[in-house]
Amino acid sequence: MEIFFQQIINGFVQGSVYALVALGYTMVYGILGLINFAHGEVVMIGAMIALTALQALLAAAFAPVLAVLLSLMVAVAVCMALGYSIERIAYRPLRNAPRLAPLITAIGVSIVLQNLAMMIWGREYHSFNLPFASTSHHLGGAVMNDVQIVIVIVALVIMAGLMWLVHHTRTGRAMRAVAENPAAATLMGVDINRVISVTFMIGSALAAIAGFMVSANYGIVHYYMGFMLGLKAFTAAVLGGIGNLRGAMLGGVLLGLIESLGAGYIGDLSGGFLGSHYQDVFAFFVLIAVLVFRPSGLLGEKLAERA
Amino acid sequence: MLINRFALLAALVVAVAGCGKSETASTAASDELVIRIGAAGPLTGPQAHIGKDNEYGTRMAIDDANAKGVMIGGKKARFELLSEDDQTDPKTATIVAQKLVDAKVNGVIGHLNSGTSIPASSIYFKNGIPQISPSATAVKFTAQGYNTAFRVMTNDAQQGKALGEFAVKVLGLKSIAVIDDRTAYGQGLADEFVKSAEANGAQIIAREYTTDKAVDFTAVLTSIKGKQPELLFFGGMDPQGVPMVKQLRSLGMKTQFMMGDGGYTPKLIDLAGAAVEGTYASLPGVPLDVMPSGRDFSQRYEARFKQPIQLYAPYCYDAVNVMIAAMQKAGSAEPAKYLPEIGKVELDGVTAKIMFDEKGDIKGGAVTMYQARQGKWQVVQTMGGAPAAAH
Repeated sequence: MEIFFQQIINGFVQGSVYALVALGYTMVYGILGLINFAHGEVVMIGAMIALTALQALLAAAFAPVLAVLLSLMVAVAVCMALGYSIERIAYRPLRNAPRLAPLITAIGVSIVLQNLAMMIWGREYHSFNLPFASTSHHLGGAVMNDVQIVIVIVALVIMAGLMWLVHHTRTGRAMRAVAENPAAATLMGVDINRVISVTFMIGSALAAIAGFMVSANYGIVHYYMGFMLGLKAFTAAVLGGIGNLRGAMLGGVLLGLIESLGAGYIGDLSGGFLGSHYQDVFAFFVLIAVLVFRPSGLLGEKLAERA
Repeated sequence: MLINRFALLAALVVAVAGCGKSETASTAASDELVIRIGAAGPLTGPQAHIGKDNEYGTRMAIDDANAKGVMIGGKKARFELLSEDDQTDPKTATIVAQKLVDAKVNGVIGHLNSGTSIPASSIYFKNGIPQISPSATAVKFTAQGYNTAFRVMTNDAQQGKALGEFAVKVLGLKSIAVIDDRTAYGQGLADEFVKSAEANGAQIIAREYTTDKAVDFTAVLTSIKGKQPELLFFGGMDPQGVPMVKQLRSLGMKTQFMMGDGGYTPKLIDLAGAAVEGTYASLPGVPLDVMPSGRDFSQRYEARFKQPIQLYAPYCYDAVNVMIAAMQKAGSAEPAKYLPEIGKVELDGVTAKIMFDEKGDIKGGAVTMYQARQGKWQVVQTMGGAPAAAH
């Protein structure tokens, strides 16, 4: 039973990260109908920037807590600027081009960012250690450390904040208007370019936070780390219904849980016939099953029809 | 969309690989013999740091030979390096292999992984190009009947046997969980380890798997935790070893942790911090410090590349020197002429005394066990193999 409880915790931690990254995919898709494949690399850049800033701040004898918060803010700021630039350079000139064109530039940006990071931070893995110890807590036989607790709480707070932003602020209303009908939104006096830029910047800020949390959790960063994470988060977004914010959150957490339970039990349940390396197969099988019955994802709605 | 992305990525990757670096072929003087050595390994992706380390090791051997002035068949030889990126991907490895063949290399040092060395080896064999892998350990690599395939590293059977004996006989651990990364290397080593451990009386109570791209192992480790093994053996490389050992400890597990040569890197200790304390890893050959020329090699390497040796650079260095020795003996750098000489080479390398058996495997095959103690890999003991150096 405690093993099961531990697997649920594992799944929630992993799923919270997927959800945060998935939000970035889903927001952009909801508004532009574009899959921003460079988003995974933004997560990686966020982690790298945070690492560099953290080291510099600690070297300058800042208090550990202050250094962590400041480095997170630096990472968020840099990623917001990066997200803005990506949209401005790679997507905006192609907004009226055929659908395939921005997809190609998205992959191009992804490769450029990855190689840029390789040139700046090198090919090797870097350790990402927080300047304070992360103590483990025992909850009825299961273990959860401080970093993991913070990950789940921060993810929940951010998601709540984002829902509030989208549904209760002027910017949020503009975002929803652009998502629904860009032409009509323009006629109503909404500055589409500004809304899209803001969307990219918010998504990138979430990516930076996710990057920081992933790195703190695993303790390592690498220029390649964004690829797989981005792919998984994209899957989570599709699972939940791409374009839908609640869907991204649900999809992220579900994917985390499916992977964790899948990896934990698939071997024993199938009597060793299927091993734990089938966890991805298992996750994608669930995705296919969901899409067969609900082609627009679990919570997909009218926005998904734009695909 | 997913499929689109992969297809596009693959196309782009091929395009990028196509315009990869190749050294400009300079106009050689008529009395100068230009010899092209191909090197192949991952220069991008999760194992890029180890691939680059291999390239550095190969480069150092080539530069040393050029500085020394090697005579082959009465002509002064000038060696050139052609380094290619196989991305640890079996498909890309065959593309890269064909590219090296087309570039008319005289021999190839590579690839890094078993999963890439094996598919590439058939291309080198068909074209008669000698291939010496510094680090492919899968038994299959030299068991395909290719007379062009050699390695300067013990194979999984030799290493897995030593690891299993060490775990059960020396450490006295009887209940063992095994994870491998499903690559030719990880799987092969884990299988041989299991065989050896069971033969020595241990029980394998869990057999789990992951991939060479994964970073989160909490689910698998949690499931292993429920079975309470004394030892966890991981067949894989350090990018997975680091988060695995950290997560093992953060789940509050006291299980001993052991890896093969893929774990014996300075990075494993740097990155895993306190969690790595007590971890075991093996490395074929005898410790670099013990070999007469080993210490000199590691000092020169660090001075030149501004980083410590990651893993297999010394093996690449030896592999190049084996190739050169065979060329000198044959008096020719033509693959067909010097290939028969490789099997007869006896070389005091920086990793061991190198001699091949009839399959192209290294003879003797000493394996040294290390343990991470106080932030350093410390020698525990050398298992098997001929005593390569007096110590």
